[in-house]
Amino acid sequence: MANPDAYITGIGQSEVGVRLARHPLLLTIDAIREALDDAGLTLADIDGVSTYPGKTAQPPGYSPVGTEDVIESLRLNVRWYNGGFEITSQLGAVVEAVGAVMSGQARHVLCFRTVYEAAALSRPDEYPRPGPGRVDGMMEWLLPFNAYSASNWIAQYAMRHIKKYGLKREQLAQIAITGRAHAALNPRALVREPLTLDDYMSARMISDPLCLYDCDRFTDASTVLIVSAGDALGDVKCRAIRIDAMAYSVERHSWDQSEWVAAYPTGAELWKRTDYKPKDVDVAQLYDGFSFNAVTWLEGLGFCKRGEAGDFLGDGKRIALDGELPLNTFGGQIGAGRLHGFGFAHEAVVQLRGQGGARQVKGEPRVAVATSGGGPLATALLLVRD
Amino acid sequence: MAGFRLLPRLNAENRFFWTSGSDGRLRFLRCEACETFVHPPRPICPNCQSEAVSPATVPGTGVVDTYTINHQKWQPVLEVPYVIARVAIDGAPGVYLTTNIIDCSVEAVEIGDAVKVAFEQHDDVWLPLFEKA
Ligand SMILES: [Zn+2]
Repeated sequence: MANPDAYITGIGQSEVGVRLARHPLLLTIDAIREALDDAGLTLADIDGVSTYPGKTAQPPGYSPVGTEDVIESLRLNVRWYNGGFEITSQLGAVVEAVGAVMSGQARHVLCFRTVYEAAALSRPDEYPRPGPGRVDGMMEWLLPFNAYSASNWIAQYAMRHIKKYGLKREQLAQIAITGRAHAALNPRALVREPLTLDDYMSARMISDPLCLYDCDRFTDASTVLIVSAGDALGDVKCRAIRIDAMAYSVERHSWDQSEWVAAYPTGAELWKRTDYKPKDVDVAQLYDGFSFNAVTWLEGLGFCKRGEAGDFLGDGKRIALDGELPLNTFGGQIGAGRLHGFGFAHEAVVQLRGQGGARQVKGEPRVAVATSGGGPLATALLLVRD
Repeated sequence: MAGFRLLPRLNAENRFFWTSGSDGRLRFLRCEACETFVHPPRPICPNCQSEAVSPATVPGTGVVDTYTINHQKWQPVLEVPYVIARVAIDGAPGVYLTTNIIDCSVEAVEIGDAVKVAFEQHDDVWLPLFEKA
């Protein structure tokens, strides 16, 4: 069995909001400071930096801070860094960091994801939208057909699930309703109002079968996770959470050529790399940029069989805080904001340390899973409190 | 749903595809050695690594693999709702196209529907849209 000798030590998060005035680099540094304090480390201890997807100007605010900004601004003395889009989704930045600390290239790696889309869209002078030019790359095959949004792409998988397996909208709704219920207990969550089934069922459609409440919202925030080598834990003054196993995979880089989403093979792969089983998981933080993504993760990770997530979700009791598989205890992206993948690992650490406050799962959870990725790219981490 | 379209940037690899509709026919790259279809177009066969890949005409029919009805105005000029579908292309195993199903009500589209290509020209681009067969 693989037993990566790597830990998540510090976690940090900036203010979470929409149309924030604070500069995205400063949001990032706010989160870094919190993570360093949390770990009991200083800037001098940091020798690695990892991010997804790296600095990119388009779409506006998607990723306004790159490794260079952080390394330069803080004059970090890094021996290893990584930032890029060509990895299997957001938490891939953590997977890369684990590789770095296990191979001795770094001892403490700052992993960050900064999103600023709400602010950028509200300030087009500072963050211009793309012009009306022609499109290429993956978008060449989507935008000419007015398939603009990931909601259009994920909705097609959701539609197939509904038609093939009988997933009901009332069942899908439980992801959003549960996320909102948990968000109400999270002081940092973006949306803290409760959501009822009536609200959900009467909401306008975005891309059938995904309605308004199936989609996360543009958010301004930065989230930081520090990945530390097992032999560097003497440096830290926190409860370190061990990364027991990880998996990441790609189906097809062309989203519309992929038969199904990568949550399925990635979830299956995760369990080949650990002695733990799905039944050992005490709390699940599953990517829900769209509610349906969490459905595929529930099935892909083997919490239920493929096609049976609708029944598993049922009326939502099973995934509530006091249910058998508490899901997205911080609110998920639908409730806590579009932290874009990093929120899930952040919350897994919170829960495993027992720091969840009003949203803390009872019974001292020991094993958590955190995932990112919604389409043919996917990453899963199994985190354990030893 | 004629009207607003962002168009692909044509280059050496994709020009044949986006202009194929000028004679009303749908084409994809196909390996001359093993007949594997190569989509999106690249200058090598992913199955046998032959570099002899060339455009081949397919019947222009297909099957709706899955779909969604889009209701959101992603651009102010878009007319909604419209159907975005993933069509499995007859005669090109393993190839799908994201496209629109046109000339029917949005409620009339179903997974498994047989469809046929109907090109829509914009400047030097012929977009392969589909209608119910
Ligand atoms: Zn070949």
